[in-house]
Amino acid sequence: MILCIVEHDNGRLEDQSAEALTMARGMAGAAGVPLHAVIFGPGGDAVAAAIGEYGVSVLHLADSDALASYAPVAWARGVIAVVEAAPAEAVVASGTDRGNEVMATVGALAGLPMVANCIDVQPGDPYRLSRLRWAGSVVEDAELDSDGPRLFSVAPGSVVPAKADSAVTVETQPVPLSLSDADLAVRVLEHMVPEHDGASLVDSRVVVGGGRGVGSAEGFAVLDELAGLLGGAVGVSRAVTSLGWRPHRDQIGQTGVRIAPDLYIACGISGAIQHMVGCKSARRILAINSDADAPIMSKADYAVAGDLHVVLPALVDELRRITA
Amino acid sequence: MRVMVCIKRVPLVGGKVVLSPDGKEVDTKFLGFGISPHEECAVEEAVRLVERNGGSSTVVTLGPQSAVEQLQFAMSLGIDEAILIDSGDEEWGPMSTAAALASAVSEKVAEGAAPDLLLLGNEAPDSGDYQVGIRVATALGWPCVTGVKELDVSDGTAVARREHGSEMEMFSVSLPAVVTVKEGLNLPRYPSLPGRLRAKGKKIDQMKAERMAEGLTTLQLRLPAEDGRETELLGTGVDAVPRLIEVLRETGVLAR
Amino acid sequence: MSEVPSRADVVIVGAGIVGNSLAYHLARLGKTRILLIDKGPLPNPGGSTGHASNFIFPVEHSKMMTRFTQDAVDQYKALGVFTQSGGIEVARTEERLQEFKRRAVSAKAWGEEAYHLSPAEVKGYVPYINEDVIIGGIYFPAVGVVDSLRAGTLMREEAQRMGALSVLGGTEIAGIDVEGGRVTAVRTDGGDRIEAEMVAICCGVWSPKVARMAGATIPLYPTVHQMISVGPIARFADTAGEIEFPIVRDMDTGMYERQHGGDMEVGSYAHRPIVIAPEDIPSIEEAVLSPTELPFTQEDFDPQMRDALELMPEILGDERAGVRHAINGLISLTPDGLPAIGETPEVRGLWSVAASWIKEAPSIARTAAEWMVAGVTDIDVHEADIARFYPHQRTVSHVRARAEEGFNKTYAIVHPLEQFESVRSVRRSPMYSREEALGAEFFETVGWERPQWYGSNAPLLEEYAGRVSSRPAEWDARWWSPIIDAEHLAMRDRVGIVDLSSFAVFDVRGPGALSYIQHLALAQMDVGVGRVVYTPLLDVAGGFKADLTIMRMASDEFRVVTGGGLGMVDKKWFVDHLPGDGSVTLFDATSAWCTIGVWGPRARDLVGKLTDADISAQAFKYGTCKWIELGDIPVLASRISYVGELGWELYVPMDEGAHAWDLLFEAGQPLGAVPVGMGVYATTARIEKGYRAYGNELTPEYDPVEAGLHRRVVKKEDFVGKRAHLVQRSLPPAAILCTLSVDTSVSKGGVPRFPLGKEVIVTPDGDPISDRKGRPSYVTSAGFAPSVGQYLVMSYLPPELAVKDMRLAVECMGERYPVTVVVAGNGAVFDPENERMRA
Repeated sequence: MILCIVEHDNGRLEDQSAEALTMARGMAGAAGVPLHAVIFGPGGDAVAAAIGEYGVSVLHLADSDALASYAPVAWARGVIAVVEAAPAEAVVASGTDRGNEVMATVGALAGLPMVANCIDVQPGDPYRLSRLRWAGSVVEDAELDSDGPRLFSVAPGSVVPAKADSAVTVETQPVPLSLSDADLAVRVLEHMVPEHDGASLVDSRVVVGGGRGVGSAEGFAVLDELAGLLGGAVGVSRAVTSLGWRPHRDQIGQTGVRIAPDLYIACGISGAIQHMVGCKSARRILAINSDADAPIMSKADYAVAGDLHVVLPALVDELRRITA
Repeated sequence: MRVMVCIKRVPLVGGKVVLSPDGKEVDTKFLGFGISPHEECAVEEAVRLVERNGGSSTVVTLGPQSAVEQLQFAMSLGIDEAILIDSGDEEWGPMSTAAALASAVSEKVAEGAAPDLLLLGNEAPDSGDYQVGIRVATALGWPCVTGVKELDVSDGTAVARREHGSEMEMFSVSLPAVVTVKEGLNLPRYPSLPGRLRAKGKKIDQMKAERMAEGLTTLQLRLPAEDGRETELLGTGVDAVPRLIEVLRETGVLAR
Repeated sequence: MSEVPSRADVVIVGAGIVGNSLAYHLARLGKTRILLIDKGPLPNPGGSTGHASNFIFPVEHSKMMTRFTQDAVDQYKALGVFTQSGGIEVARTEERLQEFKRRAVSAKAWGEEAYHLSPAEVKGYVPYINEDVIIGGIYFPAVGVVDSLRAGTLMREEAQRMGALSVLGGTEIAGIDVEGGRVTAVRTDGGDRIEAEMVAICCGVWSPKVARMAGATIPLYPTVHQMISVGPIARFADTAGEIEFPIVRDMDTGMYERQHGGDMEVGSYAHRPIVIAPEDIPSIEEAVLSPTELPFTQEDFDPQMRDALELMPEILGDERAGVRHAINGLISLTPDGLPAIGETPEVRGLWSVAASWIKEAPSIARTAAEWMVAGVTDIDVHEADIARFYPHQRTVSHVRARAEEGFNKTYAIVHPLEQFESVRSVRRSPMYSREEALGAEFFETVGWERPQWYGSNAPLLEEYAGRVSSRPAEWDARWWSPIIDAEHLAMRDRVGIVDLSSFAVFDVRGPGALSYIQHLALAQMDVGVGRVVYTPLLDVAGGFKADLTIMRMASDEFRVVTGGGLGMVDKKWFVDHLPGDGSVTLFDATSAWCTIGVWGPRARDLVGKLTDADISAQAFKYGTCKWIELGDIPVLASRISYVGELGWELYVPMDEGAHAWDLLFEAGQPLGAVPVGMGVYATTARIEKGYRAYGNELTPEYDPVEAGLHRRVVKKEDFVGKRAHLVQRSLPPAAILCTLSVDTSVSKGGVPRFPLGKEVIVTPDGDPISDRKGRPSYVTSAGFAPSVGQYLVMSYLPPELAVKDMRLAVECMGERYPVTVVVAGNGAVFDPENERMRA
């Protein structure tokens, strides 16, 4: 079988787990084996129906109270327990922090290789796979030999979630798991809502981005104003955080946040690849730059040639007039 | 306290990536080398922890001899000493890398200079394996927290926070521990001239390690297809505003 | 995003400071269809303009470079992008302090202010400097910084506003079409073809690559200049603008420290030379920062960091100030370090405007624009003419080697006669091995190894004891030997043999040859076969384009002989003027003929021993040439002299040159013949004869009337520059070229010092002198005249001062020495009636 580690938020299937399930189903189909899933934490059974739509026939459920809060080693022990009980060809996790972390821990505990950031996996002997490196600017094609289950995580956004042609009835099985204190030494003790306010970059439908071209920390006032009027959030390039104009949490890009809004309005941003990695999932990109030939102008859907400190105030005025 | 920080010499890619003619590696002809933004934060954190709590900091890398450059960079920021585990010119996989780093830590333990904290970047920018820190921790039998963006260390405990969705989640582990960090943990300093010159004069300990077969064999590297967007020029300066409003409507950002 | 035009008067490739400025100046001069193309985005397409440190020190020893810089500063000021900061060069060595004295003289010569400073005074201007490591400084108040990107943008926009310019960013040149040796069109990577009359390559470090598309060469090499930016500097925290403190150049460590807002920028010309082939420069897409900002190589900069820290410990030693930016920036270096401007000799209509620093760029662009539109330039540009390079000087290996060697000379003290060490012995005369055996000290000119003096002549020092000069100061004696004076005197007493193989020789033939030569020469060239005529060539403005000799070999054949140094520039001038109907051909015979000069009172005896030809004064007159048999070699003997003696230039087939030398040398022994080097030929002998040299006295900025080289009558035939020349003759001259003697040159320290050239001529009170056109008076040539025992200098003087016995002064190494006009106008202090030459 192929085992997929599924994450859920209080019984709601996480988006990236849908990506992992889609890839894992493809692998299972190619290998001619069934698709199983493993789910941790109370409320996990609530996603049984949802994962059935993705072709999962067996759900391995580890919902003991000890797993009420996330604990990577405990999760990894659970995965190992499942594959020891029901030998798996491969285990697939989503490319979230947790997915990678659990899969890496499985690899470390079991002494198996783990391959992160996969965009395509073809079962066989050996397995062939393609994975992203260099923040997505390079694809590596590789072969994987493994004595045990092959461990993969899925590059975020690389698979379009797709349900199976027909839903499968899911058989739920408990995971036979006994955990030591050491397995729970690392676990989430507390959740906190961050102190800073403002709309979340990740979830905003519209993001107003500012780069070095904004000129100063004070220069962001007009971007904040526009974002406020559009109900969006402000993001920045790495140059801006390095200059100390805005906090790192506002940074869009390879080592910052990756956004996927309906519209990304990039103001005074040149468009280095590290930045574009973070905004390429935007449905539409609008670039405003005084330099008509800046790289971002050709990578955008819409371009305005002009000084952002001229264009944005005019746009804000017009928006106020319209919405007044 | 003793803090150890692991770094990796990587080419600093900024523009379009160029591959070597055989497609096996990234062509570094036009590139400089450095460490990742995550690791810059790890180094900064190590320096600050020792500044605050006393003790000493060590930077370790598995890499070619040219990685001396990155060790000196870390020392120019205030790290006290450096270890180079010679990998030759081969790229080592995450299992071999973790084993080598763990043995360097074990050696320190054997010397009676056991580190309290081992810091790494969350993932390397080139290989993106997301696992070296965890494998080192597992080998050492230490707890490991990954993806950390806030870290408090005191009284033998590390309290670490990381993002999970729109929330922060908190871990608390006893030392010694492994923590992998992300950019944003702090705002790293730049090397000063005196720092650089001090680093130049410092000795670098050399170590050897064994590379193991890891099962993953690279067949080739290639560049992904570009997502081509057709650009529509909306206008120049304020003249573009009417069309801008239309675009806001077309994209559904502004109600029609 | 502009429309691509199908044709243009001028296509400018490269939108850095040079290309933008060229567009503006071409528009200003009336060009209406100009297209500016750059592969990169505007306003910063990724070339060297984008990372330039943008500061300007206006003073150089080169008059041309100083004039470029002064003009550029005026342009930057007019654009409102210049911020004056003042600049200080500091010395850590005594030799550098002496160099500052020399720099102060150059500053005065070219009209700039300069003040010597003590270490304490330096600290007064730059409070964060460690005055313990310096021993002095020189302050240039005019130093400032510019915003070169802004300047380029303003100039580009002005040209667009005039309706003369279209601009294509993000467009790469894919090809340049050439038909019949003339550029016809450029092709873009977008598949467009733009017909063009002229194409100007302003591509900085990429210029060689772009020129190659047309089959032309632009001999420059991309070379790394390292820079770091350190900050935040606490002392600069309240700086409102870009710069408050003077820029410091730490000359002896090859570095500069320049405030940039809250940061201190430290740059170096001291690190090992790092060159990058134009092919190895990353594309815009591939580059991490920009194509010309390569990854910093820390190892190379470490020694520089130590030096910078030592000089400015207060601010650079601050642990809170970090290296925020560090690059290996690319700059363009030519083999001689000067720009490469002008139409390429390979392709008509293809222009190079390259190898410029920010500090002179708008002026280089203006000069190029003038040249392209009018054919003449305000500033004498011959030293920067791209045509100056011989084929071997255009090879990648040569350009690379000289760029590497030249890089560390950027801040170094370079003696005017300093020789390059790389790529030597490329061009050797057939007599080279004989000369080597004679202990020749070889100086290189355009690849030729030429004996400057001969060690074998050392015994002459005793013979001429008391008549040879001595130069106690090391600087003055560098690249010099008293043997030169002894060789000179032996030649004047007996006979000298001079290797002149570096002459460039062009044979001009065809039915149209006479009218062609007439069209170029100031002198009447319709002379009898066998006549040898010395003549200037003028440019259309009546300035000197060249001076050379022309032999009439037959009714339809002339041989042109010119100095090797500018042989390729002269060749281009001749080739460019060839009639299109094929009635004249020009053959470059330089490599076919070597030349041996035989001069001195016993020259006739010497040549007579080897020939049966009648070479008597009556049979072989001065100013004529003849084929004679020299032993078993037929040679062309030309009876002229640049040393003012009886004798001949013997044109010998290159392969028989060594044999001819041997014959002359052997026959010369009983006559006391000596080998004579270029030290005599080019300096001592000519200066006491008052002979002018191209590039020294004769430049496009002066005319034949001023130089005293005009003829009594102007020939009736038309020639290039005739109209201007007639105007010059109708007016009183603005200046007159004079020869002056240095009366005493003993410095305050009791050591005699000697001007070596470019020193400023002043009134006895020390005031600078300029002529009626505002041109400063300076030493154009300097040297000892052994025959008369005087140290002489030449200088243009305003007519009221160009009077025999007028007492003036020359400033040299910070001191003033009295000089007296000994010849006003054309004339000689030695043998003024030319009796020896006509003997």
